[in-house]
Amino acid sequence: MNIDFLIDNFADLSVTGLAQGAIYALVALGYTLVYGVLRLINFAHSEVFVTGTFATILTLRGIGIGPDDPVPSLLMVLLTLVLASIVAALSSGAVALLVERVAYRPLRRRNAPPLVFLISAVGASLVLMEIYALFLGRDNVRVGNLIKPRTQFTVFGADVTNRQILIVVSAVLMMVVLDSFISRTRLGRGVRAVSQNPDAAALMGVNKDRVIALTFLLGGLMAGVAAVLYDLNFGVTKFSAGFLIGLKAFTAAVLGGIGNLRGALLGGLLLGLAENWGQALLGSAWRDVIAFVFLIVVLMFRPTGILGESLGRARV
Amino acid sequence: MALLEITDLSVHYGRVRAVHEVSLTVAEGEIVTLIGANGAGKTTTMRALSGLQPVSSGRIHFDGEDITHLRADLRVIRGISQAPEGRGIFPGMSVRDNLDMGAYARRDRHLTRAADLERVFTLFPRLKERSRQAGGTLSGGEQQMLTIGRALMARPRLLLLDEPSMGLAPMLIGQIFEILQEINEQGTTILLVEQNAHRALSVADRAYILETGSIVATGTGSALLDDPSVRAAYLGVA
Repeated sequence: MNIDFLIDNFADLSVTGLAQGAIYALVALGYTLVYGVLRLINFAHSEVFVTGTFATILTLRGIGIGPDDPVPSLLMVLLTLVLASIVAALSSGAVALLVERVAYRPLRRRNAPPLVFLISAVGASLVLMEIYALFLGRDNVRVGNLIKPRTQFTVFGADVTNRQILIVVSAVLMMVVLDSFISRTRLGRGVRAVSQNPDAAALMGVNKDRVIALTFLLGGLMAGVAAVLYDLNFGVTKFSAGFLIGLKAFTAAVLGGIGNLRGALLGGLLLGLAENWGQALLGSAWRDVIAFVFLIVVLMFRPTGILGESLGRARV
Repeated sequence: MALLEITDLSVHYGRVRAVHEVSLTVAEGEIVTLIGANGAGKTTTMRALSGLQPVSSGRIHFDGEDITHLRADLRVIRGISQAPEGRGIFPGMSVRDNLDMGAYARRDRHLTRAADLERVFTLFPRLKERSRQAGGTLSGGEQQMLTIGRALMARPRLLLLDEPSMGLAPMLIGQIFEILQEINEQGTTILLVEQNAHRALSVADRAYILETGSIVATGTGSALLDDPSVRAAYLGVA
């Protein structure tokens, strides 16, 4: 136990944790959205995320930015980030839609029991992972330098870098957009209706298939943006990178209360913080253990998560 | 021509036969009721009509169109709206949002919503008082009003009502049935499923009696009210 280290670096650890947590939160939205309408954990969502990490790199290479190139001009960086976000979001969204079509919709037609959906989910996840391994290799793929971390300001002695600001701001922005889409638009109300009472939603004229496809698409778009931020933050990805972040995002979703959009944000940030505080305390080898201890404890003592179902309006 | 025409409708849950060769018609402007004991197949018939339950055999025609296998949401667009039995509301949405969901399928909802809301609030002043409250916090009776009001927001040509009196206090039941007659007089055709046979037969133009999945009697509401065997079986009068 290294309590002194934790105390001395508390602010720094917290800032790093928030940036990572914001990424978890964006990925967690995909689990929570799909769970909301289908009561299904889409285990292939981790590969939907990985799609975005590779789409980002392919976009960079496409416009001629290699892994060892120096940081381009600010204007170029901004344009690149916008372009990469669009490409990654669309790629992840497309893969999410494909997963729904191929792995789940045929099962819904046959009224398959929940366990079959779960098996199909794991299967889809493995198939996608191996496809990426086949075409992009099994080694780490380096992203390249887009942002040179530079301290912008200091809070409670913690240096906050431009990269961290960018990550947290983009993630929160995406979540605000999603939240208002779900609560304000007609299609969003359709999503909420299906999640609260599928039969009654059909009686209102809501096309359930379209709503389900929409939740996969939205989850995919969020995962795509998360993937860009992930690439920025860690600078490297891999065909199997989705496994760990997928499980952590799933933990974040459960922690906040699965099916609850604001819960995903809360769960993601908390998990990011806990991981960083925990690894300072126990050593970095314990980092991943912390997330899963969290998952087990939440499932044992409060399976509905922190916000749970109490926030009726915030539920999808 | 009948607005709704059901011909030899059968529905199965797995191997269990729930509805067997049921035929019935509802003409434009009528109130028709389908009465029967618990488990007679009333709710199953309703679910088949609104497309929630697949049909094993038989046909359903609405306004001349075969809708037997039409998707549920498309039936709403055709003008069939159902107030489902029991807790058919959206518990996490406000009363107001629940009512708005009723107009989900209408293209002209922006033009008609204010007038339709006003109409529902006139019929059910209670809903107006509670309009900001989450649907799940309403009492059973208020939830019942909400499902009926929500179905009206769709401006249906045919309103399907599943057990609107279930679990309500007698005074409230009287109110609901008065409101149903009012809605009908305003031009909505109604198919009403009820266990409360006396009330249902009193307001209905015509009625069908369902027993273990089959129709065993039909006639005008008043004729069935006077029928000795119906009185004995459904009205508790010897």
